[in-house]
Amino acid sequence: MTTASTRNDQARAEIMARIRSSLSDVPDTPPEQDTPVAWTYHAATRPDLDHAGVIDLFVERVEDYRATVVRCRTAEVPDRIAAALREHGARSVVVPAGLDGGWVAALGEFEVRRDEPRLSRAQLNETDAVVTASAVSAAESGTIVLDHRQDQGRRALSLVPDLHVCVVRSDQVVTDVPEAVARLAPSVRDEHLPLTWISGGSATSDIELSRVEGVHGPRTLVVVLTQD
Amino acid sequence: MSVQDRTSGAAGRAPVAGLPAPRFEGVRKTPAPPEGELIDEPRFPVAAKRELELPVQRGNLHHAMTTIRTKRARVTAELGHWEELRLAGEAIKNRTLRHLDSYLLQLEENLTAAGAVVHWARDAAEANRIVVDLVREALADEDVTYDGTGEAGAEVVKVKSMVTQEIGLNEALEEAGIAAWETDLAEIIVQLGHDRPSHFLVPAIHRNRAEVREIFLDEMGNYGKPAPPDLDSEPRNLAGAARLHLREKFLRAKVGVSGANFAVAESGTLVIVESEGNGRMCLTLPQTLITVTGIEKVLPTFDDLEVFLQLLPRSSTAERMNPYTSLWTGPRAGDGPEKMHVVLLDNGRTRVLSDPQGRSALRCIRCSACLNVCPVYEKVGGHAYGSVYPGPIGSILTPQLRGTSSAVDKSLPFASSLCGACFDVCPVRIPIPDLLVYMRHQVVAAKKAEAKNTRRPFLTHGEPAAMTAAAWMMSDAKRWIAATKGAGIGGKLLGRADHLGPLPWPASLWTNARDVPVPPKESFRSWWQREREGNQR
Repeated sequence: MTTASTRNDQARAEIMARIRSSLSDVPDTPPEQDTPVAWTYHAATRPDLDHAGVIDLFVERVEDYRATVVRCRTAEVPDRIAAALREHGARSVVVPAGLDGGWVAALGEFEVRRDEPRLSRAQLNETDAVVTASAVSAAESGTIVLDHRQDQGRRALSLVPDLHVCVVRSDQVVTDVPEAVARLAPSVRDEHLPLTWISGGSATSDIELSRVEGVHGPRTLVVVLTQD
Repeated sequence: MSVQDRTSGAAGRAPVAGLPAPRFEGVRKTPAPPEGELIDEPRFPVAAKRELELPVQRGNLHHAMTTIRTKRARVTAELGHWEELRLAGEAIKNRTLRHLDSYLLQLEENLTAAGAVVHWARDAAEANRIVVDLVREALADEDVTYDGTGEAGAEVVKVKSMVTQEIGLNEALEEAGIAAWETDLAEIIVQLGHDRPSHFLVPAIHRNRAEVREIFLDEMGNYGKPAPPDLDSEPRNLAGAARLHLREKFLRAKVGVSGANFAVAESGTLVIVESEGNGRMCLTLPQTLITVTGIEKVLPTFDDLEVFLQLLPRSSTAERMNPYTSLWTGPRAGDGPEKMHVVLLDNGRTRVLSDPQGRSALRCIRCSACLNVCPVYEKVGGHAYGSVYPGPIGSILTPQLRGTSSAVDKSLPFASSLCGACFDVCPVRIPIPDLLVYMRHQVVAAKKAEAKNTRRPFLTHGEPAAMTAAAWMMSDAKRWIAATKGAGIGGKLLGRADHLGPLPWPASLWTNARDVPVPPKESFRSWWQREREGNQR
């Protein structure tokens, strides 16, 4: 009887042999020479816009997904977070371990749950809201990316509760996906951090292509955008 | 009217209530899919006739396809560099495919370095066996921290995945006593409805809201949290019922199973693009994650994602960006699954790769843009193709992956009017119309070879006989003049009609699925002779 590992080695060898014989027409040159790609990576798009214009575009695109954007000064962030939680009727809120202490201090009226020790899935499911920071945002596509560092928390935190209040600093906003990928590359390549790209709240068009906002992820997304 | 009444007469619309119980019912853990009929048989022209008789489906498809085509056109036009993106997508995929061996080895190395375990599967059976073994092992694993709630039995939660459908993973797990739960809204409609998906992106697009409501009311309670008894047919409330039904499964799941949209060789990063958040639940909450991916899904570098994360959502859901995209690079302490497995699957892909002309079909990123613009797909829907991959891309890829021996696979390359719309929207510029013609050649060549083996004269096959006759007629001017004069008489006899309906055999081979324009009363040749040559000015 062959063991699973022997079988795996055999399968691997056979697939590689099949690929190599399938590619006998391909010359033995480096891929970059053999098939050039005419694309300039990491380019900023929208040369027509200055940074304020990029920020306005980001707001327009996020709102187009029917998420709420609250623009404010950095000093106002704690109040705006609390206001968003209040407005959506949240009573309990989970905060990542590394969330700004000033923001957490303003949450006195809510039941604040820290993820230390790790909350169970059921505890997260019984928590109304989550507050996180973010890593990078792309204006053109209206996307916010989390790389799940200490101020954003593990992935389940920003997934299971029904309301996500996400703080974005205006200097984290770039034109579009290429610039965002460039900024995120070190998180992935060097640190192996997971990424979650969020463009509006969860949504589906599975029934008659009729869009419904809110299925499994947070049904409500509030973006607090700081500008100074 | 019950679902049964509405769909009766349609082969393969399996019962929600009242019809004979499907096989295994009672001992099965998940709803049984319909037997036969919607997959692998019958051949396209027969199945297309069956599907054309479903008015609900035709209405749904017409509305949905028109909407999504219009949206796609808008979000691609607003990017000034869409064509450059398509060219880049094509080139990156070509580079990958032409050097697939080295990129796969790099992917394996980096996945392993990131802490994932890599498995190789030559075919569907091997992949299924690997996954079944891994699930059994994971369910018995005492080493991982379980933070779930409820009775997690022998079950897995699944991210919507074309490749696991291709290999029939759900049924393989079922046979091993493990329940595989689909968690995408459309997939759960299909699974609970004892049905088959009919589209890559919106697999239940053939169902309307009233049907979905009945499926949820009748079936959810048999497999978990029942739908609220006062459920109406508002899509928002139907989605709400699915949220509650599935939440219970997410909170207790020990094992998640996914496909992958992309696998980055350079970093060992896997990518899932989705909308509802069910993908994030499956990728994040369970202790063990098993990802099955075709070997063609590899991308050379992380930077290449900037091209594909612009191309895919706009081509697929016709949005600037899909709501959620998850990227992960092996397990991360304290965040998500502690154990990760990746199954790299061949299952016919190297066969496609071995044909330099057909190879470009492997560039496909399963966006479904070609389905949405296809005039044939819009009329007949996905079930007519009898293939996990329907529509224009499925009509080439399925027979490429499996060969052209079955009746369905022989018929698929002909399931097209060759209008060319599919190429225009393809984000990786697969020349689908050219490949359809190419695959038709392959089918004809295979039929010729079969005829030779069976000593059955090749000409008794209808279409080759007609083509041979046409070639004989058109290769000689005199014969052609005589033939077109004959057609002119026909045109005069038919008077004002502008097309012909079904004609008797052998012309029926053509007119069964097509209208034939009435021949003009006079051929161009005789008009020219009368107006110009015979009457020099």
